[in-house]
Amino acid sequence: MANTRKIIALSVPLLLFLVVCFFLFKGLYTDPRKLDSALIGQPVPEFTLQDIYDENKQYDASIFKGKKMLLNVWATWCPTCYAEHKFLNQLAGQDIYIVGMNYKDERKKAIRWLTDLKDPYKISLFDKDGMLGMDLGVYGAPETFFIDSKGIIQYRHVGDLNARIWEDELAELYNGMQ
Amino acid sequence: MRNLTLTLCLFLSVFSSATFAASAIDTFEFESIEQEQVFHDLTKVLRCPKCQNQNISDSNAELAKDLRNKTYELVKEGKTQDEVVDYMVARFGNFVRYDPPITPATIFLWLGPLLFILFGFLVLYKQAKNKNRKEDELDSNEAIRLKKILKQETK
Repeated sequence: MANTRKIIALSVPLLLFLVVCFFLFKGLYTDPRKLDSALIGQPVPEFTLQDIYDENKQYDASIFKGKKMLLNVWATWCPTCYAEHKFLNQLAGQDIYIVGMNYKDERKKAIRWLTDLKDPYKISLFDKDGMLGMDLGVYGAPETFFIDSKGIIQYRHVGDLNARIWEDELAELYNGMQ
Repeated sequence: MRNLTLTLCLFLSVFSSATFAASAIDTFEFESIEQEQVFHDLTKVLRCPKCQNQNISDSNAELAKDLRNKTYELVKEGKTQDEVVDYMVARFGNFVRYDPPITPATIFLWLGPLLFILFGFLVLYKQAKNKNRKEDELDSNEAIRLKKILKQETK
């Protein structure tokens, strides 16, 4: 009896050590630059933005209702966006509805980019001043928001979308969304 | 003489363009000293999400500039310090605060050290108690021997 108690008492430091090991080990593989969005579980904030091609055309938050979709934040000044663009075209080819948000950029450059590289977006918003970007908590490009058919943000991916990441984790998330 | 004027002109133009450049980085004007103080405090306690370990007054990142402008706008509108912090947290999460609040995720960080100290005291207390008990415990034979020894000593 006294022996078991001794064993338990002595294994406490070992357990503590293992717990610390677990967290430190996990820390090795998490990127501290990737932050969870504060908007998960919340609707897309209200906004009014122009279409990138046509300044007389305006959109508001109602475009995010009715079907699940991705909202991709991009800019021509962002090299990672360039790397990502090809894969976005692939996704668009798989009938995935993507809304683009051009973030703090120039309209002319953005249009040229979309003409040259093909346009994967069903709707392209032009957020010149980063107003919607601010409300979405965007802190860099590219970022991709997963939005369900009720217009609720379910997930945010920071960094580029690519085939590996999509197949490993994001496809399941997207398909599981209502 | 002509040379001197030229040098002077050159010097002045360089100097004036330098001061212009310096003031173009950030020019915020406030209606009151209190507002200015609130703004300066805020830019020190808000953390730039892009650059990880700099506050938004330190950082030259584009995003930090945006956040400074937004903070300025909000302070000018008469928002209090807490309201501005809440505004930022609603968008960027608790990461933007250098002073994280107590939440289920951070409670261990706040209470951990306290628990550790309490645990230490508990161990000390138990050890002391065990020691006392062992010293008290003498069976009858030992007690008799102890008496004998003490008697011998007093002789």
